[in-house]
Amino acid sequence: MADPNDGGRAAGKTATGTLDRRVAVKHLLDSMGDDVLIVAGLAGAKGDVTAAVGDDPRVFGFGGAMGAAASMALGLALAQPDKRVLVVTGDGELLMNVGTLATIAIANPPNLGIICVDNEHYGETGFQRSHTGLGTDLAVMAQGGGIGAVRTVRESSELDEAGEMLRNTNGAAFVLLKVAVNDPPKMPTVWDASWHKSRFRQALLGRP
Amino acid sequence: MSETWPEEIYGLLRENGIEQFAYVPDAGHDYLIKRSIADPEVHAIALTTEEEGVGLLAGAHLGGSRGVLLMQSSGVGNCINLLSLPRAGRFPFLTIISMRGDFGEGNPWQMPMGQSTQPVLEACDVTCLKIDDPAEASRTMSAAITTAFTSEMPVAVLLGQRLLGAKVFAAR
Repeated sequence: MADPNDGGRAAGKTATGTLDRRVAVKHLLDSMGDDVLIVAGLAGAKGDVTAAVGDDPRVFGFGGAMGAAASMALGLALAQPDKRVLVVTGDGELLMNVGTLATIAIANPPNLGIICVDNEHYGETGFQRSHTGLGTDLAVMAQGGGIGAVRTVRESSELDEAGEMLRNTNGAAFVLLKVAVNDPPKMPTVWDASWHKSRFRQALLGRP
Repeated sequence: MSETWPEEIYGLLRENGIEQFAYVPDAGHDYLIKRSIADPEVHAIALTTEEEGVGLLAGAHLGGSRGVLLMQSSGVGNCINLLSLPRAGRFPFLTIISMRGDFGEGNPWQMPMGQSTQPVLEACDVTCLKIDDPAEASRTMSAAITTAFTSEMPVAVLLGQRLLGAKVFAAR
């Protein structure tokens, strides 16, 4: 794994988090088992998910429509109450529709976990600093929105407990990963969202 | 409520498997909102902004369910960028829109978005079907459901102010 603060477009940028995003997301996803359904928010978050689980039919990844990943995961969780649903999204995307934390909290599906990969920057647009690098705390906002199970992870030693919370909470759960700001290699992607949708549904429902 | 069309619409939605009712509070959708909240067979999801409904409905489809987004015409403006999700992914999308800035509007703040609602939706490839006559409500709703879930295309049903009545304001 590359040095978290080395190279790429993120050179010279700093964040309060030190976790390696690829390692932390993989750690959490590996702990969830094979039966989980995953919505991956656009840009960095989708790269983290692809790097962790590969090109997998149980993942729907965004290439745009910024701000919709968490609400899509809510619709999926309500439609599939017997499956665990996870959304992996970035600080920038979550900030864009931060009210969705309140919408998820009051719907409170028993099977939905939110992982926010917070590098305190908008990586996709050139690593401009985000609100979370200037004092905004998305975990506090999740709590204030009404989500009962909320955890901020700063050390890799805390990942197991965070994974357990995502697996076992009987309600919405939120994990904020405070990661270093880096620019990991882009993952190859198929941009055809209709194809991804049909592949996901075929694997889950047996029809496209 | 003395009119029968709201219950006719609700019945059609339920007969066609709609299980997720996403809404932003609105007088024009009062009946459908209360009806879905009271129905233990469906999820009534209160949103903080209409665009959450676009994501929610795509997620419902991904999981084999169906949803509808209930919003006011002003909420259409909030949804525009996220309408790229049903278009890019060929997701079914059904919304019922209570019109403001329409027939007999008394609040000028409602006119810009109300008058832009249909052109904006059509620019985003959303087919619009308007209901002004209560006698046409069921037929139009059925047509919209077919286009949304059989053609799997985005459709908006506009409930006009001829149907809903315009909100009353004090004259100066």
